[in-house]
Parts: sequence; C-alpha cells; structure tokens
Amino acid sequence: MSIIVNKKTKVVVQGITGQEGRFHTKQMVEYGTKVVAGVTPGKGGQNLDGIPIFNAVRGAVRETGANAAAIFVPPPFAADAIMEAAEAGIGLVVCLTEGIPTLDMITVHQYMKGKQTLLIGPNTAGIISPDKCKIGVMAGYIHKKGRVGVISRSGTLTYEVVDQLTKRGIGQSTCVGIGGDPIIGLNYLDLLEMFEKDKDTDAVVMIGEIGGRAEEDAAQYHSNHMKKPLVAFVAGVTAPPGRRMGHAGAIVSRGVGDAESKMRILKDAGITVVKNPAHIGETVAAVLGQ
Amino acid sequence: MKIHEYQAKQLFHEYRIPIPKGVTVRSAAEVRQALAGLGHIPLVIKAQIHAGGRGKAGGIRIVNGAKEASRAAEDMIDKRLVTDQTDSEGSPVNHVLIEEALETVKELYVGFAINRENACVSIIASSEGGMEIEKVAAETPEKIAMEMIDPSVGLRPFQVNRLFYATGLDSKLSKQMSSIITNLYRLFMYKDCSLAEINPLVVTKDGQIVALDAKLNFDDNALYRHPELMSLRDDQQENPLEVEASRHHLNYIKLQGNVGCMVNGAGLAMATMDLIKHVGAEPANFLDVGGSATSSMVREGLKIILSDKAVKLVFINIFGGILRCDTLAKGVVSAAKELDINVPLVIRLEGTNVDEGRRILADSGLSFTVAENLKDAAEKVSAFL
Repeated sequence: MSIIVNKKTKVVVQGITGQEGRFHTKQMVEYGTKVVAGVTPGKGGQNLDGIPIFNAVRGAVRETGANAAAIFVPPPFAADAIMEAAEAGIGLVVCLTEGIPTLDMITVHQYMKGKQTLLIGPNTAGIISPDKCKIGVMAGYIHKKGRVGVISRSGTLTYEVVDQLTKRGIGQSTCVGIGGDPIIGLNYLDLLEMFEKDKDTDAVVMIGEIGGRAEEDAAQYHSNHMKKPLVAFVAGVTAPPGRRMGHAGAIVSRGVGDAESKMRILKDAGITVVKNPAHIGETVAAVLGQ
Repeated sequence: MKIHEYQAKQLFHEYRIPIPKGVTVRSAAEVRQALAGLGHIPLVIKAQIHAGGRGKAGGIRIVNGAKEASRAAEDMIDKRLVTDQTDSEGSPVNHVLIEEALETVKELYVGFAINRENACVSIIASSEGGMEIEKVAAETPEKIAMEMIDPSVGLRPFQVNRLFYATGLDSKLSKQMSSIITNLYRLFMYKDCSLAEINPLVVTKDGQIVALDAKLNFDDNALYRHPELMSLRDDQQENPLEVEASRHHLNYIKLQGNVGCMVNGAGLAMATMDLIKHVGAEPANFLDVGGSATSSMVREGLKIILSDKAVKLVFINIFGGILRCDTLAKGVVSAAKELDINVPLVIRLEGTNVDEGRRILADSGLSFTVAENLKDAAEKVSAFL
C-alpha cells in the first residue's frame, strides 16, 4: 500500500505541450506512471508520443477515465487549471507551477471547499509512491519502495532526505511535497492522518521550514492522534527574519514561524527532532531500530 | 515588493484614504523651494527607507517652521539611516517626506494581511496604535479585533461595524472609519497586496481620521498584472549584490557570515546554511540557483558570492534532479577559469549525471575539494575553518 497514488492512478497532464509539461510527461511515463491524456486548449485531437491531447479536462476525463491531474501550466493560468480539474471531477490535482499569485490561491481554496478533489501544491515537486506512480518532477531513481512516509515543503531537500534513507536501505511508502507557497492544498495534518491509517507505513519523516504555523499544528496533531513515530527537521535556523527564503511561504514574519521555536514545539510534543540535516537518515534508522 | 511610505500614501490618496498634507523632496534645494513662504508651523520630517524602526533611530523628527525643517531634512538626505531593522550599514535616504504635524487625540491600528492558516485575507484593528501590533497582540490581546474575510463575498459591512465598535471610538466617527477600512480593503485586493497597514491611524483634535503612516507590501507573484507598480521599486534599498543576482534570475540574500554557499532549491539552501552553522561557522549568503540553472547562471552565482569580501570558503551543494550535475560542473569550471578564486571550494554533487559531473571537475585541472555526501561535506568545510 501507499497513500494517494498507486498503480491505479491515471494521469492527465494539463499543459502537456509546454516545455516543462513535455519533458516531465516523458519522465513520468518512463518511471511507469500511467499518463492517459494531456490537455492544451487548441491542440485537442493531436497526440504527444501516443498520449491523446484534449482541449479541456472534461473531455479527457470522459474519454480516458483520468482520475488525477498534473498541472504544468504557467502561473497566470494555473489557478484556473486547478479549478477546471476539480470541476471535471478529478480526484487528485498535483500543481507543480511555482509563482501563482496568493489571492488566486485564496479563490482556489474557496472553490475547492465541499468538493472531493484533493489538491497537492502548488509549488511542489509532486508525489511519488516508489515503483508504482510518480506525479511530479523529482528524480525517480533515488527512491526505493518501502515503509517510511515522507512529507515536505521543499523539493531538493526532500531528494537529500530520500537519498539518505535509500542509501541506508530504508524505502519509502509515499513521498509528498506539500509545496512552498503560503496557501496550499493538502497540509501536514491531512497527510499525517493518511500515513497513520496506512498499513504499510511504519514511520513518517516531516521536512519543515520557516514560515507559518503548519509545523506547530502538526506537532499538536501528532500528540493527539498518532501512534506512529515522526521524525522532523525544520530548515532555516540561520534565516534572517523578514526575508523570504526562496519559497514564497518561507518567511519569518512578525515573530511567527522561526525554526528554533518550531523545533522546540515539535520536541515538546514528543517528536524526534533532527537538528543537523546530514543526520536525518541515521536518525530515522535509529527510530526504526535499524 | 516593498515601497516607501510616500509612495504608499500616494496610493492611499488615489483610494480616498485621508493622509496629512505633505511634500516629498530629494535634495536640499527642493526642501527650500517646498518650504518657501511657510510660517512657523509644526512639521514632521520623515526619512524614506524601506526598513522600520525609523522613529527610534532619528529618522522621524518633529520641528517648528521652515528653517528647522530645512535643517532636519538636509541632515537626512543622501545619508544612510541605521535602525534596529537594517544592517549595520543602514539604508540610503534619497527621499524625505515633510508633512504638517497634526494634533491627535487617539492612535489606532488597522492592517490587512494574508491569513495562511485559514486561506483568506484578514483584517486586524486595534485601539492601540503607534506600537508594534505583535506586541499589542502578545500583551493585551483583548485590544485586538480580527475579522476573517470570506473570499466568496468579500469584506462585509457587519464586519466593518464590529471592528469599529471594538476600537471604542465615538459613534460619530463611524462613517469616516468605515470608509477608510473599505477603501484600504479595495486597495489590498486590486493591487494584490500581501500587507496593507496603517499604524498609526489617528483621530485629530478636530475629529478627522487620518493615516499618519502607510505601509504596503505587494505579492511578487502578482506583479506581472500590475505594471504600474513596477516604477515604485527602489533598488537602492536592497543590497547591491542582491540586485545584481536578481538580474541573473538568481535568488540571493546577503548574510553576515564567511562561508559562501550555492545550492539548488530553497529548502536545501536553507538546510545547507544550517549545516554550516552546525560545523561552527556562519553562512555568508543564501543562494538558490533554481531547478533549471544553466552553466552561465552558475558562473554568475559564483561571481556574486566571491564579490562578497567576507567569504573565506565556498561550499557548493547540488542535488541534481532537473538541474544536472554535468551542467553544474561545467559552470563551476568555466567560472573558476575566468575568476581568480583564492578561497577553498568544497563541492558536493549528487543526483542526475553525477559521475559525468565529477569527471568534469576532476579533468579540469583545478583544485576543488569534492565531498561524497552531506556529512562528508560538513567535515571538509569544517577542516578549512
């Protein structure tokens, strides 16, 4: 088992004919992901390496039974693309686009209320259940199938952590990038709940960073609702307050969201906190008794 | 993006939010011209920098009449102002705002911001203006009123009403206050702000509500749809290396340490800075070259790091996913040949095409210290310090 994506996941790629969309569609297919359709308005009826292209998501769902969407649409149009996928009844939307205006994401968030669609991102590297399905831009080969769940707000730092795990023989059930923006879809809490329920996940690694209160909420959730061990790292101890550290959401603002206080709150909640990013793999191994 | 107070006040004026009468000047000559013929009236002289903490640092002065005002303004213009929110060099004062000093009876706070947890815009109002709002929230939370704005219907009159009564003002001020709050909300939404704050918003002796200060920050991701805001950008308020980096689409932030670092991805960049601290050093910068860096971006990035004279060692940490290690290695080698690098260079490469990347480094004939993994890199960085 794994969470959210597996061998039954059928993906429609929105923005499939763009440079990013085209490149990563190829990569996803090579990894074994079932990419069943693409969407680019005006290019309906064409195909990309045999993948049929539609003008709108609705047609793609009707014709191919796609149940997940990967969005590689440029920022000005990405919010609309998320809403289009949700309206078409897609169960999972993974939005890889970085740079969507915050007010657009507030509208998206409102629109998704009451709908069954799960949103991952935006500004994420995506989601992967090793050997089953990858929807995203991460390098597939560093992953290994196994029993540790990974949740992260960043891309390459997740590769680093996954690499440390894989090199110690620790595989992953599912790795999810929740995205580096201030307003995102699924958050730590939603995913911790799914990992807690997943029979094939033994422990969870959470890669946090400065900004917002999501790590603090996760700490509270873990103490109240979880039995599985959680190992946490929070990036940005050295980040100066008031500066946005690359990700739109990574900013210590008005005394909220600094790394030290996040780590303290996580530790107080009984969570294993790793301070040195080079030690994440060995800490997980120790927690698993390996 | 941040803008100056005087620019924010121009936008306030456009959106019919009352501001004090004033004039912005850029030179001593302009000061004299602006104040010519003005009698002996109280004036406020305000240095225009992006950082806060101006009051305590002498960047805001109350004076009497044109003569004192000229002297105060000339003292500030073309100097640098150091506050508790700037670095030790301070920020350049190229503009000074001169305003009528108002007789006030009450100071309030009103501010709109993005509420991340609830995915909405929220507004805070408080009867305690003129102080840091975080301090008020921590010490006297009962003096803070907050409303979450439902994006499907926007700010509602009942919410404006509730905020007004929470401030404890006399009912006859209700109309003025409602208009200010509603207009500030319009500005926030139309211009894609990330913060719109009036602190203090004052009630004058003659019963007028006026924005004494004005702070607007804009969502960088939305600037593409506001070309009119681009002219408000003041590069001089930013570190020159940061300005240079952004020209090359590099995300660089200057810090105070001596270990320069170049990393792909913001999260890994922060973690790399943290690692540097773990080995007992301080990072000289944050630099994310991004997922799709070209070798020329890598070269420019290295140039920027090395132009910071405090840098005694450079640590390049790349986990290639989209950015391939061979691309990175070519960029580093070409930069090293072009620049005169006199500091040790520790390079850690992992990910796509790592073997090819390592081979390019080894064959270059240049001296790099190559690290196998993050732990090894930490040890090698530490060995040079």
